[in-house]
Amino acid sequence: MSNKILSDIKAKYDEVVNNSVERRITLCAGTGCVANGALEVRDALVKELEKAGQKAVIELDYEDNHDHGDEKLNYVSKSGCQGFCQMGPLVKIQPGNIIYTKVKVEDVREIVESTIVNDDVVERLVYENPATGKKSVTEEEIDFYNRQTRVVLENSTIEPDSIEEYISKGGYKGIENALEMTSMEVCEEVLASGMRGRGGGGFPTGLKWKFTLASQNDKKYVICNGDEGDPGAFMDRSVLEGNPHSVIEGMMIAAKAIEADEGYVYVRAEYPLAVKRMNRAVADAERIGLLGDDILGTGFSFKLHVMEGAGAFVCGEETALIASIEGKRGMPMPKPPFPAQSGLWGKPTVINNVETLASIPGILRDGAAKYKAIGTEKSPGTKTFALTGHVANTGLIEVPFGTTLREIVYEIGGGVTNNAGEITGEDFKSVQIGGPSGGCLTPEMLDMPLDFDSLQEVGAMVGSGGLVVMNNETCMIQVARFFMQFTQNESCGKCVPCREGTKQMLALLDDIIAGEATADTLELLEQTAHAVKAGSLCGLGKTAPNPVLSTLKYFKNEYDAHVFDKSCPANECKALAKPEIIADKCKGCTACKRVCPVNAIEGEVKVAHTIDAEKCIKCGACKEKCKFDAIVGV
Amino acid sequence: MQETNEKTAAMIEHLAAVNKILEKYNCDESKLIPILQEVQEEYKYLSKDVISYVATSLDIPPAKVYGVATFYAHFALEPKGKYVFKLCDGTACHVKKSHSILHALYDRLGLSDDKQTTDDLMFTVETVSCLGACGLAPVMLVNEDVYGQVKPEEAVAIIDDILAKAAAAE
Repeated sequence: MSNKILSDIKAKYDEVVNNSVERRITLCAGTGCVANGALEVRDALVKELEKAGQKAVIELDYEDNHDHGDEKLNYVSKSGCQGFCQMGPLVKIQPGNIIYTKVKVEDVREIVESTIVNDDVVERLVYENPATGKKSVTEEEIDFYNRQTRVVLENSTIEPDSIEEYISKGGYKGIENALEMTSMEVCEEVLASGMRGRGGGGFPTGLKWKFTLASQNDKKYVICNGDEGDPGAFMDRSVLEGNPHSVIEGMMIAAKAIEADEGYVYVRAEYPLAVKRMNRAVADAERIGLLGDDILGTGFSFKLHVMEGAGAFVCGEETALIASIEGKRGMPMPKPPFPAQSGLWGKPTVINNVETLASIPGILRDGAAKYKAIGTEKSPGTKTFALTGHVANTGLIEVPFGTTLREIVYEIGGGVTNNAGEITGEDFKSVQIGGPSGGCLTPEMLDMPLDFDSLQEVGAMVGSGGLVVMNNETCMIQVARFFMQFTQNESCGKCVPCREGTKQMLALLDDIIAGEATADTLELLEQTAHAVKAGSLCGLGKTAPNPVLSTLKYFKNEYDAHVFDKSCPANECKALAKPEIIADKCKGCTACKRVCPVNAIEGEVKVAHTIDAEKCIKCGACKEKCKFDAIVGV
Repeated sequence: MQETNEKTAAMIEHLAAVNKILEKYNCDESKLIPILQEVQEEYKYLSKDVISYVATSLDIPPAKVYGVATFYAHFALEPKGKYVFKLCDGTACHVKKSHSILHALYDRLGLSDDKQTTDDLMFTVETVSCLGACGLAPVMLVNEDVYGQVKPEEAVAIIDDILAKAAAAE
């Protein structure tokens, strides 16, 4: 077994790091932190370090064999998304494991002077829990991190552009093991781990592979589905950006398991950074001989292509994705035949989601039993979620299956915020899980353990893992309408129930929001929803009514309020909102009165004003002027 | 005749970049999407001429190329502005009121859902489905630059800034 290639690289990496790196400074360089200037911060760090007489590099030189004596390096590396996007750009300094948040170029000099030169902590850049005011210097002390279990994201702080570092952390050990096994043994191992596909449906990955292995053919394909189109989900992007080699290794193991020799990584066009990092990772793996012919001298060959999508949500559906790779309109095909029998160019094909593939190397490296020990009996392992919306800590998290919503929202997320961004403790209304295919959960479900089956039971689904927290100021009909608008836009138009049904449902929701609905509207909405669910060809249409059905089920009172009382409890639907000036907040400054074009506002100076609902045309001019947030419902 | 020759010569020059792209992909029909992506990169949009030319070169009906070009959101059949504002309307951005930013931009530039590009081809404002930076919602892209936690007045300020710089350059 010629695993010497891998052990040599690991030895070289360790040698360079141990001999020459004194300090490692890691800049989070996911899309979020880059947007906030992480790369400028990195360049400033290098400059300031050099000014302070320190040596700094952004890439390690493995060919450098000179002895530098006592002169040691500051290795200023970047990492993929560390999850804490809202607090970015994040800077982590080792040794010491110090984390600085919201670092700007202007802060760099102080960091170098205090922390690097004098070993002091820059207090003002340390994370402070918005709910408790507790300050945390290291990652271990931050609740957002220490309540998580990171498996897929375990290497989220490594340099994504360094195959050497990935290998030094045990990377490509999984494929090395797999190459010593038979294809059937690899399938069995993954089946034994209980791994279920993270794309949404939760089908056992090992079983999918076994079916594809059983299809006899001289050519087979492995496809990585990185067409993460669900609004509100970005875990696949983070994995592709932060740890592309784990996806490549997962695909190699899948290829070994089904006897394929070619693969495609299909990445959404909206993720340019992920495409760039993936291309670099493929090139590096080819350079070392981990992709191509006769890999590690075992006779196993695997060729990998990266393809950029062109912006069609339906391409997340596997048959549509295949059509897209073939250069066609991305429209789904009826199943069967399943891709396992007839997929890309009519050949047996396995399609797995990014997170699924990134979980595979660990199973082959550490064994199925270790993986199965995490999570629940029927949903083993962990799940990454994109925690967003009205919550104090937004970002990317990873928890074992079976974690409750309460732990996620309150302990990791730090609590629900109102529209002004304050944590009040009583604003939680709902969590939307699983994007346009998922459903809304209610406060009563806060203590339900989250897994594939429990969510299915309440009419939601894990989906790709978007968790959007919503506060009391959010109208659930508007939420349902948002998703309906999305699926109606993205429906490919091939089958009638989805194409026409989503359109009709959207029109019915618009009637409700406009205050023009009757009891018949609600009945028709529900009937249409069931018809679309039953009659659509692919997963997009089959699950498109879920947001409507789940809000109808759990927030019926809000629908009733809109339809029968012509009022919107969250005061979000403009046509139904009752204009009102909150007396407690109004200071009587008369700004609103002066700007009102129809003279609907009355009141004396320094006395709370009132608004005449009959006269008001809801133009919103008064609300814009009001400095005290006293005006609602316009 | 002279005029026709000149027109042909201009067209050949105009399509030179397409030829290069077609060659790179060996005129392989299955590579239609990457071909169109690169062509759009070059010309900023897919004109009728270019669509017909690509179709003829790949030996497929123009309707098929047109079908693919209209199916995917990334392909533009009309020219876009020099500065393209892409406002994310994913769930997280939506619940954080991204539409108020959209309307502020529309108001500033006199645009609407039906007219998204200014007549001087300076600005295009459009919404896109999730950009995957939900932690920073609401998010906006101006060409390649990402802006997070944007407020309506900040978005408008970006336009004013661009216009001021353009005026100063003149």
